[in-house]
Amino acid sequence: MTQPVLDVQGLRVEFPTRHGTLTAVDDISLTIGRGEILGVVGESGAGKSMTGMAILGLLEPPGRIAAGKILLSGDRIDTLTEQQLQAVRGRRIGAIFQDPLTSLNPLFKVGDQLVETIRLHTPMTRAQARARAIELMQEVGIPAVEERIDNYPHQFSGGMRQRIVIALALCAEPELIIADEPTTALDVSIQAQITALLKRLCRERGTAVMLVTHDMGVIAETADRVAVMYAGRLAELGTVENVVRRPQHPYTVGLMGSIPSLRRDETELQMIPGAMPRLNSIPPGCAFNPRCAQAGPKCSRDIPRIHGEGAACWLALEGATA
Amino acid sequence: MTRPILEVDALERRFDVSAPWLNRLLEGKPRRTLRAVDGVDFDILPGQTLALVGESGCGKSTIAKLVTGLHAPSDGKIRFNGDPTKMQMIFQDPFASLNPRWRVGRIVAEPLRTLFPETTDVQAEARVGELLKTVGLSPADAAKYPHEFSGGQRQRISIARALAGEPEFLVCDEPTSALDVSVQAQVLNLMKRLQRDMGLTYLFISHDLSVVRHMADVIAVMYLGRIAEIQPTADLFANPLHPYTRMLLDTIPDLEAPKRDRAPMGGEVPSPVSPPSGCTFHPRCPLAFDRCKRELPKRTPDVHDRRVACFAAAEGKTDV
Ligand SMILES: Nc1ncnc2c1ncn2[C@@H]1O[C@H](COP(=O)(O)OP(=O)(O)OP(=O)(O)O)[C@@H](O)[C@H]1O
Ligand SMILES: Nc1ncnc2c1ncn2[C@@H]1O[C@H](COP(=O)(O)OP(=O)(O)OP(=O)(O)O)[C@@H](O)[C@H]1O
Ligand code: SF4
Ligand code: SF4
Ligand SMILES: [Mg+2]
Ligand SMILES: [Mg+2]
Repeated sequence: MTQPVLDVQGLRVEFPTRHGTLTAVDDISLTIGRGEILGVVGESGAGKSMTGMAILGLLEPPGRIAAGKILLSGDRIDTLTEQQLQAVRGRRIGAIFQDPLTSLNPLFKVGDQLVETIRLHTPMTRAQARARAIELMQEVGIPAVEERIDNYPHQFSGGMRQRIVIALALCAEPELIIADEPTTALDVSIQAQITALLKRLCRERGTAVMLVTHDMGVIAETADRVAVMYAGRLAELGTVENVVRRPQHPYTVGLMGSIPSLRRDETELQMIPGAMPRLNSIPPGCAFNPRCAQAGPKCSRDIPRIHGEGAACWLALEGATA
Repeated sequence: MTRPILEVDALERRFDVSAPWLNRLLEGKPRRTLRAVDGVDFDILPGQTLALVGESGCGKSTIAKLVTGLHAPSDGKIRFNGDPTKMQMIFQDPFASLNPRWRVGRIVAEPLRTLFPETTDVQAEARVGELLKTVGLSPADAAKYPHEFSGGQRQRISIARALAGEPEFLVCDEPTSALDVSVQAQVLNLMKRLQRDMGLTYLFISHDLSVVRHMADVIAVMYLGRIAEIQPTADLFANPLHPYTRMLLDTIPDLEAPKRDRAPMGGEVPSPVSPPSGCTFHPRCPLAFDRCKRELPKRTPDVHDRRVACFAAAEGKTDV
């Protein structure tokens, strides 16, 4: 097998608090290959952003990686110093967040921000970097670049700003892009433009993309494989085809059923009773067991885990013995 | 024929978005007006749900505020043929809309206290308990504070509060947009059940076409302050008439038939401060022709029963 661009093994993120240690990410293993888009879905608080932040080395203390390994094209990056990490971020890993304004400085022209970033990561001259900035802005679909390059972030619409953030993330031609809800704040027509852009870049440049979102529709149309998270753990990992059409984990089945259909008439939506547990009250065994109609005795005793494709559910792991 | 409970006629709301007076004077800038709602009309029949759908800034929330009286219309009419005290509103943000320092019991009882001042404490407590049960919470939750609840539970509290005033008409502005889909399903099912059981009428606002399809009897698609198209839900999905509606339907990701190689529609919603001339959709419209740049298309009785405001649709052209 060729080496994956990103290889996360048994990642665990903890937050020590006065009332004990909270585990926000619990034993996550996943890989992303060259030119592949891995979707990460799950409800609010499931640990999607924490997983991305851990990979980027941007966990805010007291949050810390408590176990596991993160490899970028074979190089361990979870053990690097902050200084070494800074070189990796930007150059080898690009980041795109929900709010483009967190990645853009409001006081500087967008062109200057691109030029600075390019020069930070490459030996280009100012003039070369400016030419490259123009190319990048064209590539992400900013119209009339020569006129817009000296504008400030507030002079662009939300969708345009997000394109500029993507251009920023691309400056150093990173191997991996972590995009955390990049289209959540945008209108559907703009959302489609941005995901199409991500897809094209990924295909043309071979960039690996981790696309964090809670929108299953976006995943279905954009990702190659998908990881479903629940209460900090992986519930299911597989190809989009399998997870969307033939979900195995009862949580994924419920999640898919609760989305209103654009084609079928439903008098009632399927509901998953209850709510995802908070980090300080995760039940023993399978974290989903209090809400699961199929739960058996083993489910409240032992944690079902996956370290590759499959469903972290005793029914799927052992047949109907749960 | 049943009389509509709400009749909205040529409704307009303009906002003054000029630079401050001194800047205008020094920089010679003119006054600027933003037409947030620009000639909107629709009716809602009792017991039905009319949904307003459209992209950010198209004027949905402004209409909600006009209907509930939080804004005054700049022009046009709103006629509510019900008891005005029986209109309540549910907001998008279940975190901001509940007073964090009040216990849930007090929050839910508030409309009761204002609308029925003769209610005794014992009666109020019993009613609050009942309402909490109606929305799937427990009477004991009355003693808790909002922060002790999840987003979906807080939205249920908002609904319980809205129901306390025994409303017949609810204006719901993106009631589930801040919620996860699994929680959204719980809230939407609850809203449908309440409508069935109590005969409520909803003005339901959302930017999510799949949610709107599930909830609404009639859908009005808005673009830059105007209604582009208004149709019964099934008709809108089976036979969308306006090019913008078709663009929306083509761009939303479809779980059941994902279009993995879609070519997304170009362009963005223009600024409402300086909207394009004529049909404001013309810069993005694949069917636009000369007339669209000059004239404003109206929904008229001879065009598909006033269902659509589009010159091409009026001539029966609907294929892009
Ligand atoms: N500083 C912190 N201390 C303790 N817990 C934290 C801290 N920051 C985040 N968490 C918890 O970590 C968990 C995972 O959060 P994360 O931001 O990864 O969720 P998410 O899946 O990205 O959700 P969303 O969809 O809302 O963005 C949450 O339960 C959150 O409350
Ligand atoms: N108080 C105000 N002053 C000036 N402009 C306003 C005001 N309220 C709304 N607007 C403008 O009116 C237009 C319509 O806004 P509105 O909030 O109704 O949109 P919306 O359809 O609810 O959008 P969203 O989906 O983002 O909630 C927008 O361009 C908005 O900026
Ligand atoms: S392990 Fe048990 S409780 Fe968990 S999802 Fe599977 S059947 Fe349900
Ligand atoms: S009126 Fe013209 S521009 Fe407007 S939607 Fe119809 S065809 Fe397109
Ligand atoms: Mg997040
Ligand atoms: Mg709004």
